[in-house]
Amino acid sequence: MNLQVELLEQDSIQYFKVIGEIDAFTAPILRERLTAVEGTPNLQAELDLSEVDYMDSTGLGVFVGFYKAVKANGGHVKITGLNRRLSRLFEITGLSEIIDIEKKESEDHDATI
Amino acid sequence: MQPYDYIEIKIPAKAQYVGVARLMISGIASRLGFTYDDIEDLKIASSEAITNAVQHAYKEEEEGEVVVGCALFEDRLEIMIADHGESFDFEETKKHIGPYDETAEVEFLREGGLGLYLMETLMDEVKLHHEEGVTVFMTKYLGGERGEEDVKRTANS
Repeated sequence: MNLQVELLEQDSIQYFKVIGEIDAFTAPILRERLTAVEGTPNLQAELDLSEVDYMDSTGLGVFVGFYKAVKANGGHVKITGLNRRLSRLFEITGLSEIIDIEKKESEDHDATI
Repeated sequence: MQPYDYIEIKIPAKAQYVGVARLMISGIASRLGFTYDDIEDLKIASSEAITNAVQHAYKEEEEGEVVVGCALFEDRLEIMIADHGESFDFEETKKHIGPYDETAEVEFLREGGLGLYLMETLMDEVKLHHEEGVTVFMTKYLGGERGEEDVKRTANS
């Protein structure tokens, strides 16, 4: 039950790779890492969640907060690597309609598993 | 009354133990034969309730405990989560929960309040009981498809 957040800067895009479980215990770690950059004007951020094994509303709350702050500063947030479970969570909460989300291609066709 | 097995865990009201209770729920759901998706739903819904309980106890600055009880029936799993922290008004809270609206302004995006919505969406039944704190009762039936229907309805609306 740990969370790791790695930050890479590629061609002026802040690329975050989140690894592990996002819940009430680990969400503050994620929030801390994201709030450190959210005030940057015109921030282009990409959050890769392909290695997130578990997430609940505490994680969604962090992403909504980050999205709002980045947008307010003229930037853009993109969330990538969502597996079927995570993308369902973004869908039932309506967040997929608001935040720029890119699904994991390989997971799109195995809905019957 | 139908016979059932009962398993209970009592955790300190601290965020680092939410995941411990979640592992127990996951193990029980797996033992009952729930599908992978249903197990994931149960993990999220129960974590939401346990997180709420932990946070209420934390606000009270008490060294509280949260009790998670599971009743294992042949056709369903009933989960009871009890805190002894501060109560919250379910009906009032309920008014502020729900899916995000596509047309809603960003400013109105609610960061909290999603927990109850997820519990109701992912479980077949959610009930709250106020007496010495808040107790949440949640039920999920084996082979229930309600969660999936909710997703389709949300996606199509």
